[in-house]
Amino acid sequence: MSASLVANVVISGLLTGLVYGLMALGLSVIFGVVRVVNFAHGEMMTVAMYAAVLLFGAFKLDPILAALPVAAVFFVIGYALQAGLINPFITRPEHSQFILLVAVATIITNVMLMVFGPDAHSVQTDYQLDSWAIGQIIVDKSRVYAALCALGTTAGLFAFFRFSRTGTAIRACADNHLGALIVGLDVKHLYALTFGLGAACVAVAGCMMTLLVEVAPSVGPSYTLLGFVIVIVGGLGSMPGALLGGVLIGVSEAMAGLFIDPSAKSMFSFALLIVVLLFRPQGLLGRRT
Amino acid sequence: MRARLLLAALGAGLIALPQFSGNYVLSLATLALYFAFTGQAWNVMMGFAGQLSLGHSLFVGLGAYAAAALFVKFGIGPWAGLWLAMAICVAAGAAIGLLAFRFGISGVYFALLTIAFAEFTRIGFDHIGWLGGPGGLFLKVGQRTSWDLADLRGTPAMFYYVMLALTAGAFALCAWLLKSRAGYYWQAIREDEDAARALGINTFRWKLLAVAISAAMTSLAGVFFAFYYNNLFPEQIFHISQSIEIILGPIVGGVGTLFGPILGAVLLTTLADSLTNLVAAMGLDIPGVKQVFYGVILLLVIMFLPNGIWPPIAKRLGLGRKD
Repeated sequence: MSASLVANVVISGLLTGLVYGLMALGLSVIFGVVRVVNFAHGEMMTVAMYAAVLLFGAFKLDPILAALPVAAVFFVIGYALQAGLINPFITRPEHSQFILLVAVATIITNVMLMVFGPDAHSVQTDYQLDSWAIGQIIVDKSRVYAALCALGTTAGLFAFFRFSRTGTAIRACADNHLGALIVGLDVKHLYALTFGLGAACVAVAGCMMTLLVEVAPSVGPSYTLLGFVIVIVGGLGSMPGALLGGVLIGVSEAMAGLFIDPSAKSMFSFALLIVVLLFRPQGLLGRRT
Repeated sequence: MRARLLLAALGAGLIALPQFSGNYVLSLATLALYFAFTGQAWNVMMGFAGQLSLGHSLFVGLGAYAAAALFVKFGIGPWAGLWLAMAICVAAGAAIGLLAFRFGISGVYFALLTIAFAEFTRIGFDHIGWLGGPGGLFLKVGQRTSWDLADLRGTPAMFYYVMLALTAGAFALCAWLLKSRAGYYWQAIREDEDAARALGINTFRWKLLAVAISAAMTSLAGVFFAFYYNNLFPEQIFHISQSIEIILGPIVGGVGTLFGPILGAVLLTTLADSLTNLVAAMGLDIPGVKQVFYGVILLLVIMFLPNGIWPPIAKRLGLGRKD
């Protein structure tokens, strides 16, 4: 096994990992602020993937461009979901919230199964087989585009939370719920806004994923689990942690596929999850609560 | 008194059922009892001790594979095999509980840990060639005309009675557990773990016991599954949808109650089957209808009846909230 092969695999894993990171970022932001674990996260991403496939089929719209309208629609859906369904559950016990979202996830997956059937769909762009060769290393163009868009969206989200007034207000809610109420912030509105942002993140990630993999209704639950693995490894609620976790999982999946067996790759993610849960439950970059 | 009369009437009705129903109704009833039983087992962990497991398919799968492997590979029957199945599941449950509770993992993190173990095992079994891997493990389909209890081969009525006995046993066990010292400790832990610990309850040990009992019970459902369906696929038996189907009954019926899991399982199984028949009668073949229905029911129950449908019914029947 040559060094260049390993380098190739690591780079492609890294690029995929950045898209994973963006998906997990949505999950992490929602948990960090609303304190609800979005069990329907992978299913929401699958819906975004289907949206990208449909837009491409109908208008030849490149998934990179499709990400904008899809993210906008997802923001609205996310806002509505939080405002209508989840906000009344904020004071309920953890397992009630969890089961509520399990129900949402089950409905999404199977409605998609009813509408689109069990077969896989994909997007065929003109550049999907193109690549750049840098010495011995070959990098797929679509992987680079996807990773760049994911990085761009992530940077935008970081900037929003760091510099905008609304972003600061949302961080205040996350830090101290009661304090935020006392200074007169509309916490329910900010929660819904956060869920909308998380949904928009996962929408962009979904559109980017169509550049890399096929979509079928059954992939939803596995992406939800993947998202959990990433945010728990990185630290639930930590934004840089989600990105780091995404890259770690992307690279480790690629390496497991190379050295052991492609079909066993998610076994390593779960093993990593179990180890992290046991020895560093707050995650690599998380804070103990 | 009233509760006992109702229970006796229900028991008599269930025992008499095969006398006046065909194989179709019987298979449906067996399925309902299967989910009542697994729901009851899950309820010991979540309903009594407050530990949310979303990975109970792990115990169904391990139990099923243990008994089936002994039967297929060594010709050892289910009555001997179930002990191995139970031992493996108790060991697996104890290992998960030991790790989780020792490191103070609870709530959502604990639920995720159970999913992770189930998924890890599912993918692992895909790679065990000796047990058929993803291609599945098959038990020889025996005769279906007379009762052969020793090898669990026989008529639908026999399987129905086996499942009925299991469900009745689980009900009795849970009723006893709930009134035992363990039951009270569990409920204290469920309501407020810190307070329970402050009162001197060794929460670690009692939570571990809940996991072990729940795992042992669920393993029996796995053994039954193996001998009833005669085929096992990791993708099916360890899948997270299997775990979710297990928790539906108790959640709809009422978490932490004795009758809830039974009522929920019976209700869901009959409703889902009627729906499937209805869709088929309309000449449609749409996969996923049943699951969407489950999802909607789950959503409605958790939104409007978070304690399940049994507690209000129990009140109406004048049974109080004693159980």
